[in-house]
Amino acid sequence: MVEEKKEYWRWTEGLYLNKDIDWRKAKSITLGVDIGSVSTQAVVLTDGKIYCFASIRTGSDSPDSARKAVESALKQTDLKQENIHYTVGTGYGRVNIPFANKTVTEIACHARGANYMGGPTIRTILDMGGQDCKAIQCDERGKVVQFLMNDKCAAGTGRGMEVIANLMAVPITDIGRLSFEIDKEPPPVSSTCVVFAKTEAIGLMREGWTKNQVLAAYCSAMAHRVVTLLQRVGVNKDFTITGGIAKNIGVTRRILNELKVDMVQLQPDPQIAGGVGASLFAADLLEKQRKAAG
Amino acid sequence: MFGNWWKRLIVAPGYIANYGYADGSGTYYITITTEKCNACGECVKACPAQVFEVIEDDYGDNVAIVKDDKKKNIKYLCGPCKPTANRPPLPCMAACKPGAISHSW
Amino acid sequence: MITAGVDVGAETVKVVILKDGEVLASSIVKAGLDRQKSAEEAMGNALNAAKISKSNIQKITATGIGRKEISWATDMVTEIAAAAKGANKLFPSARTVIDIGAEESRGVKVNADGKVIDFAKNEKCAAGVGSFVESMSRAIETTVEQMGPLSLKSDKIIPMNVTCVVFAESEVVSLIHAKQTKEDIARAIHEAIATRTTSMVRRVGIEKDIALIGGVANNPGVIERLTQHLGTAPLVPKDPQLVGALGAALLAAS
Repeated sequence: MVEEKKEYWRWTEGLYLNKDIDWRKAKSITLGVDIGSVSTQAVVLTDGKIYCFASIRTGSDSPDSARKAVESALKQTDLKQENIHYTVGTGYGRVNIPFANKTVTEIACHARGANYMGGPTIRTILDMGGQDCKAIQCDERGKVVQFLMNDKCAAGTGRGMEVIANLMAVPITDIGRLSFEIDKEPPPVSSTCVVFAKTEAIGLMREGWTKNQVLAAYCSAMAHRVVTLLQRVGVNKDFTITGGIAKNIGVTRRILNELKVDMVQLQPDPQIAGGVGASLFAADLLEKQRKAAG
Repeated sequence: MFGNWWKRLIVAPGYIANYGYADGSGTYYITITTEKCNACGECVKACPAQVFEVIEDDYGDNVAIVKDDKKKNIKYLCGPCKPTANRPPLPCMAACKPGAISHSW
Repeated sequence: MITAGVDVGAETVKVVILKDGEVLASSIVKAGLDRQKSAEEAMGNALNAAKISKSNIQKITATGIGRKEISWATDMVTEIAAAAKGANKLFPSARTVIDIGAEESRGVKVNADGKVIDFAKNEKCAAGVGSFVESMSRAIETTVEQMGPLSLKSDKIIPMNVTCVVFAESEVVSLIHAKQTKEDIARAIHEAIATRTTSMVRRVGIEKDIALIGGVANNPGVIERLTQHLGTAPLVPKDPQLVGALGAALLAAS
């Protein structure tokens, strides 16, 4: 395959450290590692508060990506991995994390993480990850009530967006903004399949569509696709979006417009919800383990 | 407080799990209502594509789920059982006595 | 009676002209952005070959995904009906017709008269159709035409785990990195198409004989793998991509 000269898909890797926290005083230091197909997050919680995290691109080797994410997160502090009391792995590569004490599914982790970051009023979560898209409903404790997951298909995923970014030669982080720099909202592209979308995009450009119009047509096709998924499980308030695409306003705003709801923006980063959830599960399991030990 | 939280999870009812696909030709979802599932494993035996397994889930309940390596390929794995014209009911649904499995096609 | 069938597909436009049920001429043109224009061109080529003019044709039936764009067609039929009719003409014993085109694939159950009894299709997804072979041929740096012959040289099957073409591309790249040969990868790709196709066709039930039509039927690698999965060799006509247009022309006459 021809290597792209410029890497339009490349998104910004994230780092965070809460300097107000002294990890030495913490009774519980837990780590959640979420290995997705596109990105990997390592999130450290101290006594149930976010202390630090790193979000990096997943490499070809899962254990290696997990180690790198943890290293990046801990590089910001003098906390060492041996100081961590409990580690939970999640995400599609979760079985390949050698240092995890336990694994939990990403569905449960996203619900838990969104509940923590967005508050107990969160009921519906749309997780738009690198290789799939899931609709989750949860209760006030962040426990899953219903979920819907799809076969592996790039349409409506971060990977699909990367393909579009490369195809249109637009940096992925600019797509959302550019997709609104248009006179009139164009109709969505007809193909949900990213492979067919390539042919369609070339056709549209030849017909005289601007780049921004094509991007808009894609974003709304992607939004429409996930809205149909969401409607199968139903959308209850409060609604939030997790995963990398949550940062793409081109898609999220169009989802909200179509659903006619508002969303809770997860802070500090919607991409770490799974990792936060995993770290919270780790805290529960640590507590349970300590109780059992007396 | 975490101890309590954990206990509440164990007695809490289950969840509805939908695995499947949506494309131009329609939607295909296998739905497991874990609250109704008694973990008997009859679906595991009945499925010709070995899609199911019974495991302890994230909340400590024993339930049937669609296996990790199968849940991304439902369209093709379940395709042969998909009822069109005069086809019998899905083997998994027929095998599930508590009626925990349903489908959307 | 002279009739014509125009099959406006995603990749090519096909025209077949019939006189009293026998083929007078046919043509295949790559579909451009303006499908009406491509169809015009294909029709022109076929008319030249048949040495007749358009006014000699009593009925023109259009089929294929772009069938609605042909203003001069007198009639329209679905791709499924056209495939069934065309396959029945070539292989009267066929009860199952598998049609794999560039962007869509179909499994059709037909009766002895070429009427559709039941069908299943795969649309708006590139997995398991011609585009899939095309993308994958690019990934292993060969041509679509070479995919079949390459895969026939392989004698092992590497499992491909993913359905979606976008993810399959990355999987193929990792297979290349893992030093798998092009031959083996090509075979794995055809294996994936065969699995998907068989799974789709099983929904209507697989009854012998089986006819395989559509552009992908030109690929011996796919035929080889499908034969394994179906447990029998499918009947493949000489110009498998023309069958839809043939069926349309036959339906125009009836």
